Amino acid sequence: MSLLHAEHCSMHFKGLKAVQDFTLDLEEGELVGLIGPNGAGKTTVFNMLTGVYVPTEGKIFFQGQEITKAKAWQINQGGIARTFQNIRLFGDMTVLDNIRVALSFRIRYKMLDAVLRWSQYQKEETRVIEESMELLRLFHLDGKQHFLAKNLPYGEQRRLEIARALATKPKLLLLDEPAAGMNNKESEELMQLIRWIREHFNLTILLIEHHMPVVMGICERIKVLDFGQTIAEGTPLEIQSNKRVIEAYLGEEVED
Amino acid sequence: MSYFIQQLLNALQLGSIYALIALGYTMVYGVLGLINFAHGDIFMAGAFFGFFIAVMLKLSLIPTLLLAMFLAAVLGIAIERVAYRPLRKAPRMSLIITALGVSLFLENFTRATLGGQQRSFPKLLNVQEFALGGATVTNLQILIIVVSLVLMLLLRYVVQKTMIGKAMRAVSDNKEVLALMGISLDTVVMATFGIGSALAATAGILVGMAYPVIDPYMGIAVGWKAFIAAVLGGIGLIDGALVGGLILGFVEIFAAALLPSTYRDGIAFAILIIVLLLKPTGLLGRPVVKKV
Repeated sequence: MSLLHAEHCSMHFKGLKAVQDFTLDLEEGELVGLIGPNGAGKTTVFNMLTGVYVPTEGKIFFQGQEITKAKAWQINQGGIARTFQNIRLFGDMTVLDNIRVALSFRIRYKMLDAVLRWSQYQKEETRVIEESMELLRLFHLDGKQHFLAKNLPYGEQRRLEIARALATKPKLLLLDEPAAGMNNKESEELMQLIRWIREHFNLTILLIEHHMPVVMGICERIKVLDFGQTIAEGTPLEIQSNKRVIEAYLGEEVED
Repeated sequence: MSYFIQQLLNALQLGSIYALIALGYTMVYGVLGLINFAHGDIFMAGAFFGFFIAVMLKLSLIPTLLLAMFLAAVLGIAIERVAYRPLRKAPRMSLIITALGVSLFLENFTRATLGGQQRSFPKLLNVQEFALGGATVTNLQILIIVVSLVLMLLLRYVVQKTMIGKAMRAVSDNKEVLALMGISLDTVVMATFGIGSALAATAGILVGMAYPVIDPYMGIAVGWKAFIAAVLGGIGLIDGALVGGLILGFVEIFAAALLPSTYRDGIAFAILIIVLLLKPTGLLGRPVVKKV
């Protein structure tokens, strides 16, 4: 059984067919890329998978359970986390609190406990902070835990967003253009980081990316969308030599 | 001097009542961006809950207070569920008009079912007077100030330290993302309305004990003043509600002490306008920087 199974999913907005007949199977531990020109429907796919949109047609299963109509928070609790193309942190909260919000709903304690069972609450709170700091260390953000998230430099905001997604303890991580706005050196580091978190956290990763070296460098399998349709699927090598892909997308990239 | 201390205590009493109610406005605004105009009427409903619990069940102060807080929380959550949640994606204006409608409904429903007459609130406390530096203090005054301060500090603690508080701050920061952290917005909103309404009910009972009459329209003027307090301090900010409430209490009491008392509301509103002209986001609010 695959970890994620999406069959014949379509998303229509008042006549605009953003995604059509999208089918995807992700096996546990895979690192798959989702590419395509601007407006191809990649982020819409993410929104369907994470419960932001309910697909107009089709069904989505995660670990054998249907999640097509589940709420976003239920899907996240079920084990799918994501980042955003335009970073969406809790900007006016500290770096540490960004992680704690995500984490404290995993380490369950109730509001009443905070008032009535002081020692128990303190213990759990200490654990949340320790775990948060551990995550920040892994992403080289320790020492900045008291900064407001919005005051971090761009690259660090990206890392914090990934760390926050991981704090919800997902099995599947969806990364939406993590290398956007990064230079070659930064995106090289990012690739290593993605490889490493997959091993370290035992993750399956689905990645949207425009940066071809990143996609070709780390993905085992690539799916190409154009105008909402899947036009190709295969290994990086197969994709690189696929005519339709080159026409739709890579052609422009090769020239510059 | 003793006159001054006397007025100071009165101001503290009035101000902490405003602050308790202002917290409800500010929390709901922080989480949903909604001015819940029905909040003043939840304050009124809380006073009536307290009235009936004390008269019919003959409970003493603390159980009356706790039960009324609970009932008001249920009322607040029910209002959100029935009237506001279906409109969450509607234009902001529809939501505000609905809130006004709920407010008028609560006032008129209460009047229709219970009558518009004033009722004297049962004595839940044997009022005693003390001398303090030449001024006279009652144990009721101290109770009002202490209960308000304790609840405000408790709320501040909950919002800053507990997960539901963190979630509230996260909602006001970015609603959509919160859901993707596995946190249900509905739960956070319910908690917000529940806590805010319970605080308003506390204020209702304290006012009922202090004045000591209640009627279906008691929430209008007090509700507006508390709303002013919230805006004055910086709406959306917990500390803003405290600061705004206390300032408004002081202004009103000292305006009434120095000028004919009919000026006091006029002065309160004038101060609101002046503060907003100088600091549109309230005293504690940070200026909004618009990126072009």
